[in-house]
Amino acid sequence: MREISVRWPARQAPDLEIGRKQSLAPTVKRSGLVTALLVGPAVTMFFFLLILPLVVVLIYSFGERADAGGYAPAFTFENYLNLGARGKAFFNTLTLAPLATFVTILFAYPMAYFLAVKCSPKWRTMLLVLVIVPFWTSQLLRYYAWMLILGSKGVPAYLAMLAIEGVRIINTPFSVLIGAVYGFLPLMVLPIYVSLERLDKGLIEAAEDLGATPVRSFLQVTLPLSLPGIATGSMLTFILLMGEFILPAFLGGGKVFFIGNALVDLFLQSRNWPFGAAVAMALVIIMFVTVFAYMRFVLRKSGVRNVAMV
Amino acid sequence: MSIKHKDGKPISASKLMDELHRYRKGSVTRRHFLGVTGLGLAASVLGTAVPGLRPRKARAAISGTLSLCTWPNYHNQANLDQFTKDTGVPIQVTTFGSNEEMLAKLQAGGTGWDVFVPTNYTISTYVKLGLIDPLDLSKLPNFDAKTNDPRFTGEGTVDGKVYAVPKDWGTTGYAVNTKTVKNEMTSWKQFWDLAQTDYSGKVTVHDYQLTTIGNALKYYGYSFNSVDAKELADAEKLLLAVKPHLFAITSDYQPAMRNGDAVMAVCWTGDAAQMARDLPEIKYVIAKEGGEIWTDFFAIPKEAPNKEAGYAFIDFLETPAVNAKEVEVHGYPSTDSRVTPLLPDAIKNNPILYPATDLLTNLEFGAAITLTDPARAELFARFKSA
Repeated sequence: MREISVRWPARQAPDLEIGRKQSLAPTVKRSGLVTALLVGPAVTMFFFLLILPLVVVLIYSFGERADAGGYAPAFTFENYLNLGARGKAFFNTLTLAPLATFVTILFAYPMAYFLAVKCSPKWRTMLLVLVIVPFWTSQLLRYYAWMLILGSKGVPAYLAMLAIEGVRIINTPFSVLIGAVYGFLPLMVLPIYVSLERLDKGLIEAAEDLGATPVRSFLQVTLPLSLPGIATGSMLTFILLMGEFILPAFLGGGKVFFIGNALVDLFLQSRNWPFGAAVAMALVIIMFVTVFAYMRFVLRKSGVRNVAMV
Repeated sequence: MSIKHKDGKPISASKLMDELHRYRKGSVTRRHFLGVTGLGLAASVLGTAVPGLRPRKARAAISGTLSLCTWPNYHNQANLDQFTKDTGVPIQVTTFGSNEEMLAKLQAGGTGWDVFVPTNYTISTYVKLGLIDPLDLSKLPNFDAKTNDPRFTGEGTVDGKVYAVPKDWGTTGYAVNTKTVKNEMTSWKQFWDLAQTDYSGKVTVHDYQLTTIGNALKYYGYSFNSVDAKELADAEKLLLAVKPHLFAITSDYQPAMRNGDAVMAVCWTGDAAQMARDLPEIKYVIAKEGGEIWTDFFAIPKEAPNKEAGYAFIDFLETPAVNAKEVEVHGYPSTDSRVTPLLPDAIKNNPILYPATDLLTNLEFGAAITLTDPARAELFARFKSA
């Protein structure tokens, strides 16, 4: 058992551990058939929809572009050596995706905290529904609305009324950031809300009984115990942002170029499938490494091992 | 589809929906729109799968559904509805923003398209890759090769066989909002220079290598179709210098031009005609250095599941009266001399559709090599990711 930073009644984590073991303890012996039936669909799906396509992508990534575009069999590392040609796209994605994830946490945490801790139960359900309401409309429609809000007849026009002239928002990295925070906020709020809601209020009371200021009890009790929620929300946001191509195309006007856009162009415009496959493999590897490192970091910090994502 | 855009007014809900509609038929993201939202699929599945929603057949010559792959804002909906009414065959429309994308989809296979609309310079590649078959002209009685100007229709014929019949033609110039742009605009040199100075932040170029690179080449007076390394390097230098000054790289420039975000845009004939219909201050410039002239064709993919419906559809649209109704909506001139007399005077006398002949002399048809040249493709990728 790892130490957590809550010194007082360090019982939340052990409780979770025990609870988990108990719930998983097999009271009825499962037959092999039942196991196979339960695991079968997932394994089949993973194999045909994840492993197999990845193998195809891997094979393609060593090929050559056919004369008229497409794939021609070959064995070359040329595509990987050429990854630098998309360096800017990798750079844009690898800076904007983490930044947007971080800003989303800053907006989502207070919201989730309010919903889980401060809000009266009477309102909670309705407010939670409101968090999800944006999902009822197509993402594209909402981004299109943002195009108009951030375009010159939108916010900049109102700023001009306040004598702030010449503000340009649309088709900049900033507008992509706004779109990302807006688009992924619910995905961040909900996991944080869940982890805060599960939090044993007795721990905070205990902290305060023992003389901790509200700030200290938040930093040393509430925040560490909600880290799994932050981790889950960040992963959802970060992974989806890394592969995003509609958002940069809409709110970046083709000027904020993500790896997702590079991939779309490589497969549909220049039809250099092998190079596209290599870029895709690089993205998968980068994603795997960052996600793995991040989860390890968060788990170590929180001292809790039962994070849904891992 | 006429939208009145009032300057300085916030966007109304109906306008938003209208713009969305435009986007759906529009460019860059249009290609994802139907797929991602599932709306297109849902609508077409509903239209074809629910028996009550199926139109009644007037004649039973063809059956099934017709899958049409075309460009945005490129047909008269009334014509499409008429075809369905006459034949009982519902039409599923997919739109694309570039020839490259159409080719990529056909190369990947399994498109299910019965008719598609390739541009002149791509047809020889489709033939070479065995993606299209020669057309059986006996199934197209309404098409008359003799009334079509061979200048526009030549590339539909490869090795003496007709693989594609012409739809319409057009040019690639640029649109200018004369309310803001007071200069007398005549050349690509002016376009690219002013994009970096007076109208910085207010210019768009196509998200399409052929026209964007081609017109950058024209800045130096090179051929629109050049694949020469040194000439392409010059074009790249210009494009990279202009990039920070651009409002956007998009083939869906109508919204930005209409609401004033952009004041100049690399533009096709029909888009200019459609915008000028609503906003008289928008003018269309065919640059004196030249640029692109093109013809779009109808062709039938080799793997088309419903070729008979494909022939019937092409034949229907090649009927002069029907074709004239198409031109009235999409704003591109027909290649068929039987169509022009049927058009209203306002269109016949519109210089956007029918520019002075001397303006056309410097224009070039796209060359097949540009479609598959890796150097141009990578140049464009560098420009976009810069």
